[in-house]
Amino acid sequence: MKLKTFKIGGVHPHDNKLTAEKTTIAAPLPEKAYFLLSQHIGVPAKAVVKRGDKVKVGTLLAEAGGFVSAPIYSSVSGTVAKIDTVADASGYLRPAIIVDVEGDEWEENIDRSSKLEKLEDHPELTAEEIIQRVKNAGITGMGGAGFPTFIKLTPPPTAKAECVVINGVECEPYITADYRLMMEHTDEIMEGIKILMKAVNVSKAYIGIEANKQKAIDLFEMKAYIYPNIKIVGLKKRYPQGGEKQLVDACIRRQVPAPPAIPVDVGAIVQNVATVHAVYQAVMKNKPLLERYTTVTGKDIAEPKNYLVRIGTPISTLLEDCGGVPDKDVKILSGGPMMGRALASLETPVCKGTNAITVLSGAEAYREEETVCIRCGKCVSACPMGLEPYLLSALSEQIKPNLDRLEKEDITSCISCGCCQFTCPAHRPLLDVISIGKNKVMGAIRARNVKK
Amino acid sequence: MNFLLIAVIVLGLIGLISAVILFGASKKFAVKEDERLAKVQEVLPGANCGGCGFPGCSGFADACVKGADAGSIDGLLCSVGGNDCMVKVADILGMTATQVEKKVAVVRCNGTCEKRPQIAFYDGRQTCANINACGVGETGCGYGCLGCGDCVAVCTQDAITINTETGLPEVDEDKCGACGACTIACPRNIIEIRKRGVKDRRVWVSCVNKDKGPVAKNNCTAACIGCSLCVKECAFDAIEVKDNCSYIDAEKCRLCRKCVEVCPTKAIKTANFPIKIIDN
Repeated sequence: MKLKTFKIGGVHPHDNKLTAEKTTIAAPLPEKAYFLLSQHIGVPAKAVVKRGDKVKVGTLLAEAGGFVSAPIYSSVSGTVAKIDTVADASGYLRPAIIVDVEGDEWEENIDRSSKLEKLEDHPELTAEEIIQRVKNAGITGMGGAGFPTFIKLTPPPTAKAECVVINGVECEPYITADYRLMMEHTDEIMEGIKILMKAVNVSKAYIGIEANKQKAIDLFEMKAYIYPNIKIVGLKKRYPQGGEKQLVDACIRRQVPAPPAIPVDVGAIVQNVATVHAVYQAVMKNKPLLERYTTVTGKDIAEPKNYLVRIGTPISTLLEDCGGVPDKDVKILSGGPMMGRALASLETPVCKGTNAITVLSGAEAYREEETVCIRCGKCVSACPMGLEPYLLSALSEQIKPNLDRLEKEDITSCISCGCCQFTCPAHRPLLDVISIGKNKVMGAIRARNVKK
Repeated sequence: MNFLLIAVIVLGLIGLISAVILFGASKKFAVKEDERLAKVQEVLPGANCGGCGFPGCSGFADACVKGADAGSIDGLLCSVGGNDCMVKVADILGMTATQVEKKVAVVRCNGTCEKRPQIAFYDGRQTCANINACGVGETGCGYGCLGCGDCVAVCTQDAITINTETGLPEVDEDKCGACGACTIACPRNIIEIRKRGVKDRRVWVSCVNKDKGPVAKNNCTAACIGCSLCVKECAFDAIEVKDNCSYIDAEKCRLCRKCVEVCPTKAIKTANFPIKIIDN
């Protein structure tokens, strides 16, 4: 099979998939679970429980706080201890519901059997019904960004969906959660894709998988004989292929224009495999989004593992189960080494979008010393969005940045993949600086739109 | 006729014609500059800090002249030059300047290195904006000073310096013109422009932490814990606790300093009061 990839930019970080062949295990239940009210992009959820309430696994804790929002369900059974604050991945304290865990009692209406439910056997599932169930289950994009999935499934009237593109790329180094999910729940994912295709009324689906997951490609190719409309696309190993714009380019050769355009403007609806699995469980098993696949990894971790972890579990619980934090200087990231956020607190809970906990240790934990830009232009050739990172960072660094100029240079197209910073021989913190500039420009654009 | 003569005549003619055109153009397109503009610019400090809201001192001078033509220069203030400067400007323009209170930048964080335990290590670009974007920073306080001196970098008056011992910025009152550039540069909005007060005496809460008391105290021993003792002590209703953090209204404060004594974390600071001599 000829391998495809996206057209411009990209880098080749070392794989380091330490946990690729480790079967997923259920993570230990924590003593206390912390449910952040804002685990998605958009308005934070509104708590519907109060202190002292008894909750079971699958009980609604917080309802959607607005249109772009998602409800949050309890992943443990026990008593609501309080509604307080807990540090999120950035270290800032955010409102959260804290539950004292007692036993493991599930809501009765959740089907916990492993029987495969086929879409053909459920004619009652119309497109509207599917989207409603996805919405009620609180499913958000599980690749990291956390955009509520039901909104993606209801494209604006100006755009017409033509195909579903499934992201099984997992291009970040170290992370293997999606790979394990694909190996262990292939049938469910296939059914999930069919559900999504029905929800958005398309007849074509593509699954993009990178070449370093050959076993997954083979497995899906085999399954695809029974699912004729689903096509497996083998992709070359290249970062950031998991970015939705890059994936659409690689799989169906269409280029998504600059924001505010989204992939559906070129006819593609992109979903992560983990999201697809969650959609299957929500629609067929009535199981809201309450657990996810997460990799805990790092070269100095005693036993790196793939976990099926309850959302809300503090990261410290997972690290202890893996043999504890190594006795070195460490940088603990929520996410992978390319896009992950360094954590300031280990009490931070696993959220809907936490695909990995990566522990970089020793010299890897530190940044290289920054020197002056040598004008080599490597960042320009690495940028998958065709931007000029050296220019954007120089403009953003100014004391009073020229926001109009930055906007004209398309800073809002930046997907924060970090290729520029990764490739820079002078180790300049290009992405850090560009992100600040991007935030300022986005703020200015929002202010302008409000005025109108 | 020799070539030399021809050249002289031709060039002379070109010169003559050009001179006539230029003369005509200079008359037709002449811009009459208001002489007051230059005079006003002369009395302005020339720091181009932008604190007035106009692009540089020339922009402000222009606004003043236009204001004078429209009949009022109220609302225009050069915060760096202060009242003296505005009186001079008003004199030039034949207006009267409204007297405004002098103000000064106040740093509202007292979390020195020893009071705020370090919980993490940051080795990226050393600017406050970068640390703030990365996360909470090296200490647990998500509201406190980051100590990299973004405020120092924007100050056109050299009025702010970072004290290397405490890691906190300090404002030189004599130099500060209260232009407000530092308040914008600070990603955590710690710096506030407050009125200088009688004899430059001020009382303010040197903390902006909105976390609940125990959390705030855990992260910084000098944090305002929102205990409201100061509110109870204040006889002038000048103090308000909002979002677990106390704030003293400079307009209502009568500088009695009772709140300073009761504050359990010593988060309330004073400036320019005579030092009390305690007799034993």
